[in-house]
Amino acid sequence: MQLSKKKIAGLLSAATCSLLGGQSQAAGEWEVDTSILYYSEADDRIQAIEPVIAARKDLGDDEILSWKLVVDSLTGSSASGAVPSTSPQTFTRPSGNGSYVVEANQTPLDPSFKDTRVAYSMNWDKPLDRDRRRNLGFNLSREYDFTSLAVNGLWSLDSNQKNTTWSFGSNLEYDVIDPVGGAPEPLTPMDDQRKQSGSEDRTIVDLLFGVTQVIDRSSLFQVNLSLSLADGYLTDPYKLVSVVDNVSGEPIDQLFENRPDSRLRSALFAKYRKMLPGKDIFTASYRYMTDDWGVDSNTVDLTYRFRLGERYYLQPHLRYYQQSAADFYRYFLVDGDLLPAEASADYRLGEMDATTVGVKFGHDIDGRHQWSVRLEQYVQSGESSPSEAFGQLAQQDLYPDVEATIVQFNYSFVF
Amino acid sequence: MRRIGALWPLAAISRPAEFETMTVSPSITRRGNLWVGGFRCMASPCEVLLECDDRAQAHELIEIASREAFRIEQKFSRYRDDNIVHRINRGGQRLEVDEETARLLDFADNCYQLSDGWFDITSGILRRAWKFGDGARLPRQREIDRLLAHIGWHQVSWEKPYLTLPAGMEIDFGGIGKEYAVDSALGLIRDAADCSALVNFGGDCHASGPQAGGRPWMTGIENPNRPGDASAVIRLRQGALATSGDVFKYIEHRGRRYSHILNPKTGWPSPDAPRSVTVAAATCTEAGILSTLAMLQGGDAETFLDAQGVRYWCYR
Repeated sequence: MQLSKKKIAGLLSAATCSLLGGQSQAAGEWEVDTSILYYSEADDRIQAIEPVIAARKDLGDDEILSWKLVVDSLTGSSASGAVPSTSPQTFTRPSGNGSYVVEANQTPLDPSFKDTRVAYSMNWDKPLDRDRRRNLGFNLSREYDFTSLAVNGLWSLDSNQKNTTWSFGSNLEYDVIDPVGGAPEPLTPMDDQRKQSGSEDRTIVDLLFGVTQVIDRSSLFQVNLSLSLADGYLTDPYKLVSVVDNVSGEPIDQLFENRPDSRLRSALFAKYRKMLPGKDIFTASYRYMTDDWGVDSNTVDLTYRFRLGERYYLQPHLRYYQQSAADFYRYFLVDGDLLPAEASADYRLGEMDATTVGVKFGHDIDGRHQWSVRLEQYVQSGESSPSEAFGQLAQQDLYPDVEATIVQFNYSFVF
Repeated sequence: MRRIGALWPLAAISRPAEFETMTVSPSITRRGNLWVGGFRCMASPCEVLLECDDRAQAHELIEIASREAFRIEQKFSRYRDDNIVHRINRGGQRLEVDEETARLLDFADNCYQLSDGWFDITSGILRRAWKFGDGARLPRQREIDRLLAHIGWHQVSWEKPYLTLPAGMEIDFGGIGKEYAVDSALGLIRDAADCSALVNFGGDCHASGPQAGGRPWMTGIENPNRPGDASAVIRLRQGALATSGDVFKYIEHRGRRYSHILNPKTGWPSPDAPRSVTVAAATCTEAGILSTLAMLQGGDAETFLDAQGVRYWCYR
């Protein structure tokens, strides 16, 4: 192609940025990003407050070290998986000490949901030569009944005059689960409190392959393929499955759930980003995920950033998520039927769709200080009256909607 | 492809040694609501316009900008024998370069790739065949062919931070040095103070932001067909302007005009090049590369600039 027809301005801008970047972003400066997120589910379900502080330092020559600290504080109740009943139900607390009562015709929630998570991560990004970069990192996350340690590496290679970037990454994670009162014996009645002492563990290996292609000076396309293999204890030790009477549909027993001890997931992710005249930015992404548990999901995510003058923007956000149920998902088990090897009534493994609608407003104060605020509404719904419901179950809401509000405030600065 | 002879002062080599590191203090005057600092560097009149109340602060900022201009001239001028460019141009050996030089070489490499070889910092030796101004003459093809053998960035081995230049080749940052100095000086002013500023080195300029009340900076560009007469006034709020082409540096031979901006592939100026091209971009460096490449596109200059989606002023 003749140079006279070739668009080089965008790539030239990027090249100039690296030339002058060292000047305006003097080495030794810190970029700090702080945020606080408030997540609140309706009907006294989960409430979360999550402060995050992240720092980034350019060591010079494009070598970057970054740190991140996240503190998650969760309170409230979460659906235990048990079905509602026409009469009040009594449940044993996970510790085995004490019990709580769920009113008639109410979705059983486990009210002992209270947790604080602290997660720390560190990354080291370094160019190996003109076209290759390497990123190494580790994550450590700790809650009172859960510890997770992960190491990851990402290699990227630029080709085609930096118009194409190939990435290959892997992540190795080791988790230790230490359930309150011990891990329950799978599919045994909660009342028996048959629990094993000691902790459980699992390993997760993720592989990622990605290509990012600059299409022209204002648009970019990215495709990632990923594979994830989890092996070990994948059951939620606090979730239950109700066994119901085969005539009345009344729960007669609550069993601890059980999941397979391995999960192989693969995902395809594609993202398109375009800067429009006036510097508005449109981003669309799609993710397809499938696994050997039978959960297939589709996610579509759209954002549009309206530039309001030089320093402000307004960004509406729309996300739609849809998934099929896991093969072993059961709304309930029926007394007298053969007990399956695996069963879970965790609503997160059920068939559902979820929509997030939100808006973000941002202000760049002087190029060195920025703040933004984000407000989102999340609604998740599934089949409330599945065809297999009978007796009193046909009257109950077996898959109540989850509605949540998300507010996040972000402030970042350079010093 | 470079702007022969214009950017780096020949005078520098004849200055006595004790003046080498000395710079002449810039002048400072008040013009309306602005402080204006003036000095000569890189063979050009240089100006720094500042919107701040305090003379002492203005003085300090102007000093910062002029020191940066002199520093860059001294470090990257091809006309000196005490700098990195001179050491590189001795050629033949593998040389480890400092971080700033490495960034400039990376940038030159990027520009070479992006422009399919139309921008080439090894093309400076063409000045041996082309003389502009007094005693201007057309070179013979034989001379050019001999030089072309020593031109081509692809012959250079650049493995950051190591550079090996084949013997007989030379590099020259003349095509980006002044614009880089403008951006760099403005960057330092920005880091040092929170006031609106315009840095203008020989017509290549970069504004940090509008003046108080959002008023733009008024920048005149000269119509080469009517020298001395600012034919267009560009209102610049933020960003940069750079101009390629020079009223006085061309050869006229048998009714054809030969521009001083030379095609590194042929060793000749592109036919039907505009007399001057001014480009507006986010930085002076980008604007400079685009205006130079536009000149090299000759008759296609406007097509090239239209494809870039930048504002430009092209005089033919």
